[in-house]
Amino acid sequence: MAEIQIKNVAKRFGSYQALHDINLTIADQEFMVLLGASGCGKSTLLRIIAGLETQTEGEVWIGGRRIDHLPPRERGIAMVFQNYAVFPHLTVFENIGFGLRMQKLPNDEVKRRVERTAELMHIEQLLGRYSGELSGGQRQRVAVARALAMEPDVILMDEPLSNLDALLRLEMRAELKGVLAESNTTAIYVTHDQVEAMSLADRISVMHEGRIVQAATPVEVYRNPAERFVAGFIGNPPMNFLPAASADGGKWQVAGEIYDGPAAANGVEFAIRPEDIAPADTGLPAKVRLVEPLGAHLLVTCDVDGTMFRAILESDLQVKPGDMLKLAPQTDRIRWFDSSTSLAVA
Amino acid sequence: MNARLLPYILILPVTLFLCLFFLYPFLLVAKQAFNNGSGFTLENFQEVVGYWKFPISLKNTLLLAAAVVPVQLALALLMATMVNKMQKGRDLILYVWTIPLGISDLAAGIIWLAIFEQSGFLNSMMSGLGMIDRPMNFLSYQHPGIVFLAIALAEIWRATAIMLVILVAGIGLIPKEYYEAAEVFGASPWKRFWRITLPLLRPSLQTALVLRVILAFEIFAVVAALGGTLFPVLMGETYAYQFDLLNSGAAAAMALIILAISIGFTLIILRALRVPKGAQI
Repeated sequence: MAEIQIKNVAKRFGSYQALHDINLTIADQEFMVLLGASGCGKSTLLRIIAGLETQTEGEVWIGGRRIDHLPPRERGIAMVFQNYAVFPHLTVFENIGFGLRMQKLPNDEVKRRVERTAELMHIEQLLGRYSGELSGGQRQRVAVARALAMEPDVILMDEPLSNLDALLRLEMRAELKGVLAESNTTAIYVTHDQVEAMSLADRISVMHEGRIVQAATPVEVYRNPAERFVAGFIGNPPMNFLPAASADGGKWQVAGEIYDGPAAANGVEFAIRPEDIAPADTGLPAKVRLVEPLGAHLLVTCDVDGTMFRAILESDLQVKPGDMLKLAPQTDRIRWFDSSTSLAVA
Repeated sequence: MNARLLPYILILPVTLFLCLFFLYPFLLVAKQAFNNGSGFTLENFQEVVGYWKFPISLKNTLLLAAAVVPVQLALALLMATMVNKMQKGRDLILYVWTIPLGISDLAAGIIWLAIFEQSGFLNSMMSGLGMIDRPMNFLSYQHPGIVFLAIALAEIWRATAIMLVILVAGIGLIPKEYYEAAEVFGASPWKRFWRITLPLLRPSLQTALVLRVILAFEIFAVVAALGGTLFPVLMGETYAYQFDLLNSGAAAAMALIILAISIGFTLIILRALRVPKGAQI
């Protein structure tokens, strides 16, 4: 059992507040992704859990044991680093076995575990090599194998795929997901790549300016962003936003059209994902600015009520810049955000 | 300008300089050592090796190197590790620690002579504390151990910094992530030093040790100041042949013997601290 609890964790570097009052519980064997732009504090949070950084305030618990005062080696964790940190002076075998040797396990046990994890990561033929003789992808596999060989309760990964080329990243992503699912460990994975986050995570914690703005399943984060920031960050292209003017009793006027919205009296913004829009006889009046064929779809950038608005439309649709379209949003996919608090309102 | 020729043209001046002022004199020395005026001979070598002081000076030189270099290595590693951990004032400490480097070896010998001689600081201190009744002559033939110790101390004080600066630069080249990974995977600070710092420092250790060992075999001025004739070393004997006995053939032979010992130890150090291909940082 390795449930991770982060309680009121804050971190200051001098006068800079890197993390504000973080509270997060990660269930045993859950795959949690910390997602955010660079500088949002996601790596700092991971390093606090690892013990490589000390929090200014708050507590970290793993498996019902408070560990934030312990050195990294007593926390029951293993880590995969962004630059792999595969020791250059040791062979692949000794790299994978490094943690086991530190635990003073008998030689045959080290050998058994190293060979098993090497096989799992398909690097059994590289055991005698040094890291200088490996490709980036192979080094990455060694770094993951070294972590898995520890049979840790918790595995921490700091942008582990960001130094690989696009094709390799895709391949490793799928493999990592499979291997970790079988290993029964709790995983925390830091990335700035939302596609990676979506495809790997059981739950995503979206971070922004040192805070967790939403922690939910990938579908929930995508469909029901808790904040305008999440809506604008997740999705490629992200959600469209349009100003809305109040028309009586939960009705709002958006670019001249009336839609059912929240009853709140405050100002709200209308939001819709580009793929939840279709051309129709009535709808938002849009002037086409740019048409980008993406193969399966067309990405159409338009001007709606003076605001940039993107729609993903059927690829057989005949449109060209300058055309006027009526774009009808799928009404159950419309989301509303409070203009003053930026929070989602129903 | 032809781009392929350019590098060779650029290194030409320094190559000429080295040929003129290093290689040529070296050949002259070699000629002197192997020539008695009528042709090739090993007489000079037989003479210097057969002299009764040769085994003593060889033994003294090797003993001194064996005593001084390991202590300097340990000290330099300790100091480099400390400097590397410092957040502030690192440069200041480094400058202070490297001051002895700016002092000539003879001056260093004289400084330590001022401590150990009969009217020196050590005698004043010990009599001030009531430990002795009258000044002692530490640096006499009655106390060979103290003579050796004084020379070793002066050498350690004078020349540790040369290793220190090389090792500080070398430790600075080791990426921080290796230490973090080692820490996460269970290595204590001591284990991190043995399993990460030392192996990854091998190239710098090579340079520092080669330089230091060669200098240790060339020790002369510090010994002359503190030991005089009580503690013969190879370089001192070379000097005596050249300037006291006016036997430049023998002096040349001694110089070549010291060179051979230096080359031998250099090869051993390079071999022992070799980094396998593919295992570099």
